[in-house]
Amino acid sequence: MPQQTALYQQHIDGNAKMVDFFGWEMPIRYESQIDEHHQVRNDAGMFDVSHMTIVDVKGPQAKAYLQTLLANDVAKLKVAGKALYSGMLNEQGGVIDDLIVYFFADDDYRVVVNSATREKDLNWMEQIAEPFDVELIEQADLAMIAVQGPNAIAKAQLVLSPEQQQAVAGMKPFFGVHAGELFIATTGYTGEAGYEIMVPSAKAGELWQALLKAEVKPAGLGARDTLRLEAGMNLYGQDMDETISPLAANMGWTIGWDDTERAFVGRAALEQQRIEGTDKLVGLVMTEKGVLRAGQNVRLAEGEEPCGVITSGTFSPTLGHAIALARVPADAGDTVQVEMRKKWVTVKRVKPVFVRNGKAVID
Amino acid sequence: MSSIPAELKYTSSHEWVRKEEDGSYTVGITEHAQELLGDMVFVELPEVGEEVNASDDVAVAESVKAASDVYSPLTGEIVAINEDLEDSPELVNSDAFGDGWLFRIMPSDVAELDDLLDAEGYQEVIDEE
Repeated sequence: MPQQTALYQQHIDGNAKMVDFFGWEMPIRYESQIDEHHQVRNDAGMFDVSHMTIVDVKGPQAKAYLQTLLANDVAKLKVAGKALYSGMLNEQGGVIDDLIVYFFADDDYRVVVNSATREKDLNWMEQIAEPFDVELIEQADLAMIAVQGPNAIAKAQLVLSPEQQQAVAGMKPFFGVHAGELFIATTGYTGEAGYEIMVPSAKAGELWQALLKAEVKPAGLGARDTLRLEAGMNLYGQDMDETISPLAANMGWTIGWDDTERAFVGRAALEQQRIEGTDKLVGLVMTEKGVLRAGQNVRLAEGEEPCGVITSGTFSPTLGHAIALARVPADAGDTVQVEMRKKWVTVKRVKPVFVRNGKAVID
Repeated sequence: MSSIPAELKYTSSHEWVRKEEDGSYTVGITEHAQELLGDMVFVELPEVGEEVNASDDVAVAESVKAASDVYSPLTGEIVAINEDLEDSPELVNSDAFGDGWLFRIMPSDVAELDDLLDAEGYQEVIDEE
């Protein structure tokens, strides 16, 4: 039996089509996935992301621990509430998971990891924590609602108390703040402004209802996937996994190299890979009919052997044509070919980001 | 639950078939099929005039989720295609048994109609999935 989030009844009441998402019964869509996508790009939508795993990291050596555990350097976090995106790597430099870490103080952080990888993440985090004076506390009782879109912040504020409104007033992107019983963060997975709101499970339904009244419409995992892909954001398990280096997953920018003394897990392997070179994750655009799909083979030109693969592909509702992320050799040119339904189609290679804040950003 | 109009014939691969006055048959995909596929983004149709065999893949319904082949329920000639789907593939979602039809075929062997399912038979196919 898959687990249900605190918002399960809300989804059923909202006529959602439910699917088993790595052991969680989640809404894939309510009515039309494409309408939900546009709702987020043009106005405000909300997602149940309560399945995500929230772990508080506390103790005198919390900072030193995270500087070892994560490829990005939490020393960059100097203002309370600031968040950082990072990979958590194995010794071979493969990505165990990607995550967001919020900084409150040198002995107090909050980490949000993926649900599909929960057990292996928690085991790994415990293992690396052994020599450190640090405590890991999973916050399993927190539900989470992501409110996203150009009107998301204005609409979400309607449901906050005056104290909570004050707590989030003027908060810049990629920050989080405790506000009463809520934790409110300006993070997300859509390429739009908005909040991710953590709320005690018992109050989650009430918050969902209040947001519905504020005309924030529910959106399912289907729209979440097309939105994140348009925004060029990786999905763990598709665009990278334990066998893939962050250097081959467009995550080079998340590696904190600067402090040469910092021996984070996977550093030695990454330094070697940096010298030898790796594949890279690029964007692909196809304006003809058809949809690029994960798993399709990629080759550099007519007559050559397949040498790459699409890791995520979809129809982009904002752009009206197919887009994809693909892992290809670093010397790939401005066009590559994709094997689609037994024929090879030439597509354009672009930077791996397609839409930000409602606008096309293809170069 | 998806509707299954009693006056239509069906295939186990989720096409529906409706007899027209001129002896041709209109073909589409069922409500159940569009529900499984989700939002349609492209529909690739056969050419008018094309001769096709029963069970040939003659069209592709491509949704956000997946590309799905559509099979001709009958042998014969394609006599019309739904050109509205070029700009409005979502008609397949909103009106699978009506405005979302795919093509019309003039059958060369009406005996093949006996191989098709009635509404009850199609319901059993869905129930077994």
